[in-house]
Amino acid sequence: MTPPLRQRRLLFVTGKGGVGKTTIAAGLARAMANAGRRVLLCSVDDRSDLADAFSLPPLRFEPVRVDEYLSVMAMDTEASLREYLKIYLRLPIVGRIGPVAAAFDFVATAAPGVREILTIGKVCYEVREEHYDTVIVDAPATGHVTGYLAAPQALQSLVRVGLIRSQTDWMLQILSDESLTGVIAVTTAEEMPVSETLQLLTAIRQDTTTHAAAVVVNRVVSDILVPRDEALAQQLASQRPSPFDDPHLDGLFAAERFAAQRREVSREHLSVLREGIPSTLPVIIQPYCFGATTSAAIVADVAASLAEEIS
Amino acid sequence: MNTLGDVIGTSKVVITCGPGGIGKTTCAAALGVAVARSTERRVLVVTVDPARRLADALGLGGIGNDATVVHDVGGAGELSVAMLDTKASWDALIRRHAPDATTAQRILDNALYQNITGRFIQSHDYIAMERLHELVEQDLYDLIIVDTPPTRNALDFLDAPSRMADFFSSRLLRWLIAPARGGVVGFAARPFSQIADKILGGQFVGDITEFFLLLNTMYDGFVQRAREVEMLLAHDDTSFLVISTLESVPVTEAEFFVRELSERRLNVRGWILNRVLPPSIASDDLAIAMDSLSHAELAAAVDATGADDASLRRVRDALLSNTRRWRDVALAERQQTQQLNSRDVPVFTIPTLDGEISELAGLTLLGDVLYGAEGVVKS
Repeated sequence: MTPPLRQRRLLFVTGKGGVGKTTIAAGLARAMANAGRRVLLCSVDDRSDLADAFSLPPLRFEPVRVDEYLSVMAMDTEASLREYLKIYLRLPIVGRIGPVAAAFDFVATAAPGVREILTIGKVCYEVREEHYDTVIVDAPATGHVTGYLAAPQALQSLVRVGLIRSQTDWMLQILSDESLTGVIAVTTAEEMPVSETLQLLTAIRQDTTTHAAAVVVNRVVSDILVPRDEALAQQLASQRPSPFDDPHLDGLFAAERFAAQRREVSREHLSVLREGIPSTLPVIIQPYCFGATTSAAIVADVAASLAEEIS
Repeated sequence: MNTLGDVIGTSKVVITCGPGGIGKTTCAAALGVAVARSTERRVLVVTVDPARRLADALGLGGIGNDATVVHDVGGAGELSVAMLDTKASWDALIRRHAPDATTAQRILDNALYQNITGRFIQSHDYIAMERLHELVEQDLYDLIIVDTPPTRNALDFLDAPSRMADFFSSRLLRWLIAPARGGVVGFAARPFSQIADKILGGQFVGDITEFFLLLNTMYDGFVQRAREVEMLLAHDDTSFLVISTLESVPVTEAEFFVRELSERRLNVRGWILNRVLPPSIASDDLAIAMDSLSHAELAAAVDATGADDASLRRVRDALLSNTRRWRDVALAERQQTQQLNSRDVPVFTIPTLDGEISELAGLTLLGDVLYGAEGVVKS
């Protein structure tokens, strides 16, 4: 059985570009903070919309407090390295930062996994030091996230000595512990996002030591028309009897046609998703937020509907 | 007003860019179908990772770098499709630029190389542009449409060639490989190598060094190639098309692309708004008609359909609620259109088409709509 979300200390939220991964990460953080947990929400993507989601100015490495329970930060690998050096090497930072930045730039470009390890290291550090009850990471998109999650092992296989080597051990412990850490895959009920999600879940199992915690299906449009009425709606659309004959009502039938197609596509891909994942993995349906137009409003909506998932 | 077909005109390369999840790959493929149908040109569509059904629709079997001809597009031209295989492309690149076969093999066998090509996030972007250059050089096609990888910081693919060149000429690379070449580590490089040793361990730094020493033998080829790719991208025969939907996040990202591409003086020749809701849903008359429908007697409809009054009421109310939902979205889209910051780039609005496009027939339909779409330049 998958441990419940509310008990996790570290959650990575990922998904194909365009499915609303950042919104779900923000909504989940908001919901957990509303439930009284001290939450750190960390964006890994430098052009993430997290700041918008909480109506904040551009985020920085230093966390910003949204309120008593929720803090938000943006990952900055160079700042992470500086913090790391300060903590572990006790380097006198002044006067050294030039070479450090230069070394960093080179190493991060040249050595695979270094940028990733600094990101993973920072969030694991926050978990280990218990500065927060839960750290939620708005992680890279599906194609890139396994590279991040597998970075500690990848680096272990390349680096046999040195500081990083000794550091990867405790990171791996946190990442591998299913009661502490989980990956949330966000998708929509469409072909590509569902197939990427299934690939991602396999990759998480095979290439990383982390575990999937849940799949969130975002922007699912609930049915208004009950299935037994679908035929009658179609009949009205083709016959257009009075009072449905007003040509200005074309939009009414256009909207229904659009909704019907969406329904069909959504049903099909939801069933592909459910068939492709283990039955023990929770699938959370997140309804389409009609009426909410700003990202802050959407996040509030998402938080409200996720509240019961984490209660 | 110019159609998208006019705008592409005699371009030899079309690069589509935009956020993920908005149907970019489908549009690129559909445009390829349309050009092959409407002209006598030989078209190649290069895509990174098409949906299974799209790949099937185009007759793309497995993953591979080789182009496949799509049969039966029904026109004078010819359409081929190729998928980008990053690993195979990197290997080919190494073989081409290495001074000799032994060096090439040593690089290909290097653990770090395998790790880099497998995981190096940026490698996709570079290789896509590299492959484009190769295809242009081969001159087998009249038009090459490149569907770029859907990354957020998607201009990486533009920066990749120059970054690669900078990387090879960087002072740090020289610092790193100087000791291995028997040179003396200069004063300036000393803190760097100390820190690198301390963090990564000397052995790992040694591995990196060896790898880059090998890679350095390909310096000239790489740098020259990167410059050529840059020239190709800036060429007048290369057109960029930005694709998004009218949802707020994709629009913001598309605006970023339009701005960045324009500022780099690259030829942004169109902004395609994909999957736009039908204008009838946003019309003002619809609101009035919905209001009368909500109070209307349904007796005539009972007679015409044979359904009972209660069922008709239920369906009517469901239709009204459904329309209110999508009307809000359509109105937001209309407002979004009015506020677009398109910087003189022609905007092409493509309505949402029925269902998912998963067959050649669907691609043909979308392609015709795209090809004939008229651009609107905001004044």
